Amino acid sequence: MIGEFSRRQFLRTAGAGIAGTTLGAMGFGGAEQALAQAVRPFRLAQTTETRNTCPYCSVACGIIMYGLGDRSRNTQASLIHIEGDPDHPVNRGTLCPKGAALLDFVKADTRLKHPMYRKPGSDKFERVTWDFALDRIARLMKDDRDANFIEKNKDGVTVNRWTTTGFLAASATTNETATLTYKVVRSAGMLVFDNQARV
Amino acid sequence: MTNTWQDIKNTDLVVVMGGNAAEAHPCGFKWVIEAKANRGAKLVVVDPRYTRTASVSDFYCPIRPGTDIAFLGGVINYLLANDKIQHEYVKAFTNASYLIKPEFGWNEGLFTGYDETKRGYDTSSWDYQLGEDGFAKIDDTLQDPQCVYQLMKKHFAVYTPEMVERICGSPKDKFLKVAEMMSECSTPTKTMTSLYALGWTQHSKGAQNIRGMAMIQLLLGNIGVRGGGMQALRGHSNIQGLTDLGLMSNLIPGYLNMPTDKEKDLGAYMSTRGFKPLRPGQTSYWQNYKKFFVSFQKSMWGDAAKVENDWAYDWLPKLDVTYDVLRAFDLMANGKMNGYFCQGFNPLMTFPDRGKITKALSKLKFLVTMDPLETETSRFWENHGEYNEVKSADIQTEVFQLPTSCFAEDEGSLVNSSRWLQWHWPAVKPPGEAKLDTEIMAQIYLRLKAMYQEEGGKLPDPIVNLRWPYANPEDPTPEELAKEMNGAALADVTDPTDPTKILVAKGKQLDTFAQLKDDGSTFSFCWIYAGCFTESGNQMARRDVSDPGDAGLAPKWAWAWPVNRRILYNRASSDVNGKPWDPSRKLVYWTGEKWGGFDVPDYGPTIRPEQSVGPFIMNPEGVARLFSRGMMRDGPFPSHYEPFESPVANVIAPKIRGNPAARIFKDDLVALGTPDKYPYVATSYRLTEHFHQWTKHVWVNAVLQPEFFVEISEQLAKEKGIDKGGWVRVWSNRGSVKAKAVVTKRIKPLMVDGKPVHVVGIPQHWGFMGKTKKGFHPNSLTPFVGDANIETPEYKAFLVNIEAIASGPVA
Repeated sequence: MIGEFSRRQFLRTAGAGIAGTTLGAMGFGGAEQALAQAVRPFRLAQTTETRNTCPYCSVACGIIMYGLGDRSRNTQASLIHIEGDPDHPVNRGTLCPKGAALLDFVKADTRLKHPMYRKPGSDKFERVTWDFALDRIARLMKDDRDANFIEKNKDGVTVNRWTTTGFLAASATTNETATLTYKVVRSAGMLVFDNQARV
Repeated sequence: MTNTWQDIKNTDLVVVMGGNAAEAHPCGFKWVIEAKANRGAKLVVVDPRYTRTASVSDFYCPIRPGTDIAFLGGVINYLLANDKIQHEYVKAFTNASYLIKPEFGWNEGLFTGYDETKRGYDTSSWDYQLGEDGFAKIDDTLQDPQCVYQLMKKHFAVYTPEMVERICGSPKDKFLKVAEMMSECSTPTKTMTSLYALGWTQHSKGAQNIRGMAMIQLLLGNIGVRGGGMQALRGHSNIQGLTDLGLMSNLIPGYLNMPTDKEKDLGAYMSTRGFKPLRPGQTSYWQNYKKFFVSFQKSMWGDAAKVENDWAYDWLPKLDVTYDVLRAFDLMANGKMNGYFCQGFNPLMTFPDRGKITKALSKLKFLVTMDPLETETSRFWENHGEYNEVKSADIQTEVFQLPTSCFAEDEGSLVNSSRWLQWHWPAVKPPGEAKLDTEIMAQIYLRLKAMYQEEGGKLPDPIVNLRWPYANPEDPTPEELAKEMNGAALADVTDPTDPTKILVAKGKQLDTFAQLKDDGSTFSFCWIYAGCFTESGNQMARRDVSDPGDAGLAPKWAWAWPVNRRILYNRASSDVNGKPWDPSRKLVYWTGEKWGGFDVPDYGPTIRPEQSVGPFIMNPEGVARLFSRGMMRDGPFPSHYEPFESPVANVIAPKIRGNPAARIFKDDLVALGTPDKYPYVATSYRLTEHFHQWTKHVWVNAVLQPEFFVEISEQLAKEKGIDKGGWVRVWSNRGSVKAKAVVTKRIKPLMVDGKPVHVVGIPQHWGFMGKTKKGFHPNSLTPFVGDANIETPEYKAFLVNIEAIASGPVA
């Protein structure tokens, strides 16, 4: 990944080396520079590579994402290409019709960009701030929990459960997201809790 | 998966049943092609449709949806009747020789102990005879009529090739060919691998489908060996991880389980989790349960979890029933839930009986969705004509749609189906104001905590004391969370045999779960992940492609749980003396002093072969279970039950409808259809160009498969006057969809018990959001009933009717 000598950098350096040597040896002298300027640089040679895994099925093919921008703080990177990682021991560079089109997922028109809110009975979403959404969600949670939390069952056993609010977690999120989600959900006493593994 | 994707290249026979790897897992399926091309392996496909996996198979056998157990039972009967089993393996490594209680029995489709009112069993007779020493009794000769081997022979005798044909519609000669091909793998030097996915799980007896094949693999001696095993191909990219981490109603990370109302304190909870060995000298690794549990509690509540408060045992909610998704939506539909979160989940499309789901969501007070894309669920209240016929004004649910990052924008690990934790890095920032899920969860939590601190309320303790050690509490980092999953020492951890020797110093990351303690001196959020992020760094980010012996393990690529083991039960790759069954496929073997080989031994590294310790170290028996005791709700052996909606009666037990131990709610029982009105069997599936409902947002995939369709045979099309590409209406007792008809040779009518049965195939990739044409989902039709053990809905076998219509839906 970052800091690794990339395959593209290698090709770029090696390519330049060969061109220089052979042309020079053939006695073309000054033609070298003119030729180098005329050849359009390989598009991916200008990009930054990032390793990732395909987010679809559980084969988890290795992918390389090519982005414009050099990761400096004041630049906004932009993805221009995604392909299979030839080093990956399972997919060895291949991708299926879904993985091969991943760039269009990242850039889909229907990617969500702002928190949206729908009032009871309304027929539309309206844009809200994160603070509005998060404050309101936390308030709704607390009110429901305080109203419906069961501390003891009818036999007097401490059960400390909250079953009127539930949470579906996502089996395409990372383990790290899942860990934090679990902590937040369980510490609140929720039992209505599942993910796609159930279905 | 017990094995790795690449290990498929080491097999002699690939059986794909209950899946369609060529289309649903294309880049993993290449290892099947590798095995065929380079090893001469054969591929067998058993499926209702002639799939693209079938198209490259050496042998294809059709089957009626929902009858896999009859087929697998037929194979078990064939193996036992023709004595095609790996004798030494079966005798030493399975419970074939164990004696079962004399009261155990089977009659008219039911095991002993059935209670019709509870739709469940008293399983007490489904167990071993215990001797005075407390150990299970065995008969090494396998002759005792109460031994598992003899009971198995008796139980499966009914599944003759003729019976398989009668139930499954699989022609007898084709079934026999498959059984014969499998039976050839009963020698120690020939192995078979099983590739399955949701085609087996999404039935009211899904877990028993898988047990059926696991039993075959044990009889053939194929578990724990290279080129063998049970490969659950799984669905989503991190469905394995979310299962490992226990994000389910009844789970605690690492396959521990939530306490129930019956377990009033930690002592009661632990009393049924002692896992004392059932045979002399066995490992029974779950004896360490308390170490895993206490380390989890320390990870949740830090210093507030202490021995005086039973490690905060009371702060875990107790289960009265399991709150699986079917129960959750049933509660919701009955007005018993108020709030619901959908984090990267689209239940309006994903759960059965869409009409009920819409009704349920409409009764919520608030719904929160967190997703990178528009989902139908977040707009369930919006009218889209026939595609979502709702009256917005009547729906009082408050809805929050929170935008999240996608894979290209976040960092962390995902677990693939081979149990590899692979780290990935972000290339770009999320669009607009979209946030990482971790930040959103932290923000919700911090607000909740602040309110409980300021206002008080019901039991604030587990919330305000939640361990939150992040440098920036507002936005924990993936690295911090990964280290937390792994765990660390809270005090010096010393060697049990030499207390002066410090194994892990206070504050240091753990190397393995073997270092966990039950005295509060360690924490680990998920014990099976201990070793993923150690003092030597993030093991999940490793990228060394070396593969000693070209074994197909790549042991230094990423990290596999547990302890970087690549093939589970690998001790079983060698015989009782520790000698490899197949010298050309060595895996783990006895070197004279210890267990060596290509993989991390799934076994005590220095246990000598003559100590007779079984290779299945998690089981108190030390061996694998052909008879599963009382571990499964619907029986210790798999048995054929018809789907809840079936075109025929159960020929083995005509009075029984569906799986007798599966739960079904009253309204949903009433909503089941019967074959007089719904004569055709429907099944749902994926296409290779789409992934669930995500890729309909992706331009390329929307172009490749733009429109909803159903797939039917030429015979059914002719019978019903349906044209190729013409419009049809397909309806069940719960709902109706309109689709284009794809008339195909890939589906053919099957002769079941003397009558033809037609199958309607329904792919599951369309809705009313995204780039494709608007369309319907099979879940407008599917029944609201799940597997008896884990409640996975029966999406793969239900009844419909079909007719030609003049034109498509009005949007």
